[in-house]
Amino acid sequence: MKENSLWKDAFKRLIQDKMALFSVVIVAAYSLIAILAATGLIASDWANEVGGANLPPSSEHLFGTDMFGRSVFAKVIRGTQIAMSVGLATSLIAIPIGVFLGALAGYFGGWVDDFITWLYTTFSSIPNIMLLISITMILGKGIFAVYIALGATSWVTLCRLIRGEVMKHKEREYVQAAGAIGGGHFRKLFLHILPNVTHIVIINTSLQFQFAIKSEVILSYLGLGVQGEPSWGTMIDDAKLELSRGVWWQLAAATTAMFLVVLAFNLLGDALRDSLDPKLKGK
Amino acid sequence: MIKYIVRRLLYLIPVLLGVSFIIFVLFNLVSGDPTAVLLGKNATARQMADLREQLGLNKPLFDQYLDVVKSAFTFDFGHSWATKQEIKEMILQGAYPSLCLSLPAFVIATILSLIISLVVAFYRGKGIDLTVRVLCIAGQSISALAYILFFQYFFAYKMGWFEISGFEFGFPDFVPFVALPAIIFILLSLGPDVRFFRTVILDEIYQDYVRTARAKGLGEIPILLKHVLRNALIPIITYVVIQIPTLILGALLLENFFSIPGLGGITLNALNSSDFPVIKAMAILSSVLYIILSLLTDVLYTIADPRVKLK
Repeated sequence: MKENSLWKDAFKRLIQDKMALFSVVIVAAYSLIAILAATGLIASDWANEVGGANLPPSSEHLFGTDMFGRSVFAKVIRGTQIAMSVGLATSLIAIPIGVFLGALAGYFGGWVDDFITWLYTTFSSIPNIMLLISITMILGKGIFAVYIALGATSWVTLCRLIRGEVMKHKEREYVQAAGAIGGGHFRKLFLHILPNVTHIVIINTSLQFQFAIKSEVILSYLGLGVQGEPSWGTMIDDAKLELSRGVWWQLAAATTAMFLVVLAFNLLGDALRDSLDPKLKGK
Repeated sequence: MIKYIVRRLLYLIPVLLGVSFIIFVLFNLVSGDPTAVLLGKNATARQMADLREQLGLNKPLFDQYLDVVKSAFTFDFGHSWATKQEIKEMILQGAYPSLCLSLPAFVIATILSLIISLVVAFYRGKGIDLTVRVLCIAGQSISALAYILFFQYFFAYKMGWFEISGFEFGFPDFVPFVALPAIIFILLSLGPDVRFFRTVILDEIYQDYVRTARAKGLGEIPILLKHVLRNALIPIITYVVIQIPTLILGALLLENFFSIPGLGGITLNALNSSDFPVIKAMAILSSVLYIILSLLTDVLYTIADPRVKLK
């Protein structure tokens, strides 16, 4: 009988789940839009006036125009690029730190564990929103500060999870076996244990993305995010004054764009947990 | 028990020193010299030096760090740059409106979520369970900003059922001002709360002791309330108590939209005027609160579950 690998198996279960498939498609579509926008192939002319101010949605202007007569559709696309880039940059900062520190703490225990536990307890003791506000304010407003602030706050959860999982694994027979044939600490940790805890990283990344996107929107709304470029947060900020004049499309467009991708990452996170967690296998 | 609490108290010291260090690095090392911003571009070198002296920026770095640590105990945060008011005063004034909004909303949201998740756990796998789960995930995916904007526009501006913004001190007077933000607060909390409580309750429901309880003929409802809830209490307590420090700022956006002069409003005003000492004070205050409450959760554990070993 042919045994499927864990990843093949997980992938099979994932695409059988219709909700998961839907979320994968949405995430892929958003990523594509973000890449196209980042390379300047689409929506690079978002700042151009395309019609009158505050035109409602029509066949000509899909999501209407804003107060300067710019296309809301193009702005949503630029916003998509910002949102996805924040998710990506946050993950690129948080994953290496979280995995490395979590693995060291779980594997070595002792003072290494004490130190790393102290470090993440300290970071998690400052409420997230205060740390985000402080870092973005001090580094100066802008997208770069948002990357750093979100990266600095999100490694903590991952570190804690990896630490716990590595602790469970280090006493297992396969690790002992690796030690018995002469494998050193780093070989055991990085070649044997880490591949067995990667599912945590993957599940966490999906949830991380939606947290980063939501936070970026709030930070941009507060004026701390991206400057001089449209973000979903600044679009919602504009809508604050427009709504009483009946201009609802900018709010609707930004909210819907964000809703879809956050929903997709939420569903994907759940689906990944179901398909990757060995404990739930066969349930 | 006492020994355990003392040990936990001692552990607070390195954490508090660490938190102060992060805040010190951010606000004293990275942030740069604020005097040029404070005095405007016509300031003389003399004025700048005087101000630096006054703000304590001439002190050695280690002394500046000690000041941060000290302020975590004395709550003496100095004066605001923007309003020149004493920050301690500002915080005391702001705490009342903030708590008027967030405390009742938090309590109602927690109780409501717990009831919903128990009902959902009772009907697990059935239509109502699925509906609630879908609603929670969908509700959580909409930006908090969109909820606030829409509710304020529709229920306060269009329908005129609530005050659009503002605040009045005194018990019955503040109710019309905080009612709508409180409702939004509750709605925003329901999604994550119900999802978390449901998972925790369902984790317990498949345990052996539940099967035993069922085997001895106990009904499903007493099982849920007596056995499952009791055992699910530890993660629930952690989740609930840890949220409290964010309560004082928690309604940051709500206070901003509804012009409630609470701590969230103070924080955001400080943000707009680059009022560093106020932000710093709020960061220290909320962290100290978090640390104290995490100690409290640990103590509550031992009450909720005597098995927790007080090593």
